[in-house]
Amino acid sequence: MDIDLMLKVYPFFLEAAGLTILLSILTAILGLFCGILGVAARLSRFAFIRFLGAAYVSVFRGTPALIQLFILYFGGPQIGIQLDAFEAGVIGLGVNAGAYMTETIRGAIISIDKGQREAARTLGLSNWQAMYKIILPQAARLMVRPLGVNLNMLIKATALVAAISVIELTYTAQRYIGSTYKPFEMFLLAGVLYMIIIYVVGRGVTWLDRKVQIT
Amino acid sequence: MGLDFSIIPKHLDIILLGCAWTIGITVVAAIISFFGGIVFAVIALYAPWIIRQPFRLVAWVFMGTPLLLQLFLIYFGLVQIGIDLPAFVAGVIGLGLHFAVYNSELIQTAILSVDKGQMEAARTVGLSRGQALRKVVIPQAVRAVIPPIGNNMIALLKDSALVSVIGVSELTLSAQRVIGKTYRPFEFYILAAAFYYVINLCMEWVQRKIERRISHSR
Repeated sequence: MDIDLMLKVYPFFLEAAGLTILLSILTAILGLFCGILGVAARLSRFAFIRFLGAAYVSVFRGTPALIQLFILYFGGPQIGIQLDAFEAGVIGLGVNAGAYMTETIRGAIISIDKGQREAARTLGLSNWQAMYKIILPQAARLMVRPLGVNLNMLIKATALVAAISVIELTYTAQRYIGSTYKPFEMFLLAGVLYMIIIYVVGRGVTWLDRKVQIT
Repeated sequence: MGLDFSIIPKHLDIILLGCAWTIGITVVAAIISFFGGIVFAVIALYAPWIIRQPFRLVAWVFMGTPLLLQLFLIYFGLVQIGIDLPAFVAGVIGLGLHFAVYNSELIQTAILSVDKGQMEAARTVGLSRGQALRKVVIPQAVRAVIPPIGNNMIALLKDSALVSVIGVSELTLSAQRVIGKTYRPFEFYILAAAFYYVINLCMEWVQRKIERRISHSR
């Protein structure tokens, strides 16, 4: 193992890890936003909007994220959408993650006992109030852990933007593998940084999950 | 530049060939990941400490890093140690091993949840520990995890697009090749997405059939 080489290139990996973290944060925010919109659509009163929500989830979960990125980044200009690679990465991954989060959030909401909603309605709360004041606070506790799984997947999925040349961790590793022919060393550098990010996020999710439980 | 879907039929043969490769890669990698998952689960649970602990560490690394990074490691790493595999083989192995690790986690939980009495009964009637595992415990465990493994296989189909990056001519790279000639990225990536979506729907259909059969036979 070539330790000298690793010591020489690691600052570039650190910098790239910063970009991976930034990508993950922006993607997570956009994903959560899309997820909430998706759930609202899937639980809508109107059949057409419900259909749109279901189609969003089905199509974005049913095709590779890489292809979705390519459509947005390379195909976008044809329909008048000009994005640089970073923007395309955030939007593409965020909308994709949103489809998965939609299902996570919906799963938590529909697992709340029907009686809760009925009781709230009987007490005179409107449909919206029942959702907002009774169901969501209970469902929110259930979704922390599965959303944490989504987050974990999302961090690893940010590697895909290497394919559209965003200089994040995987792209950096790929570039140095190509120029140094030391794949194992470069994998180790990038891998350790990914593991650190994922470990810290995982601990955060566990902490939050414990914090929101009632018992 | 507007959209022109009428040029698709002229290049459909290349895309269809890519589609066949994607299906082939998915099937072979799925088989590797299924049996690899069982082997990994047995190692992680029953191998001696000196093998088990390092193995678990490697599995943990494979679950904590992106598949794309692992593909680069396998493809270029094997070349470094003198094994020059074709991209196709490296891609299938990478995909198969990656999902074998995920399947192994499912199978481990399932093996542990098989009633202890099953193992004891098998030992009592004279089976060795290995035989009891192979013939009594694992078949029951595997049956319990078929639905979640099905989800992994569908994820595998979608992640098979990543092997295009190391140069395997599957659906995604075929689309890229056609785009290189026609400069029509939108049309052909949409077409590729449509093919992935159809294969995905077929897999979900098969998964539902299998799940129904399993729940009937219980």
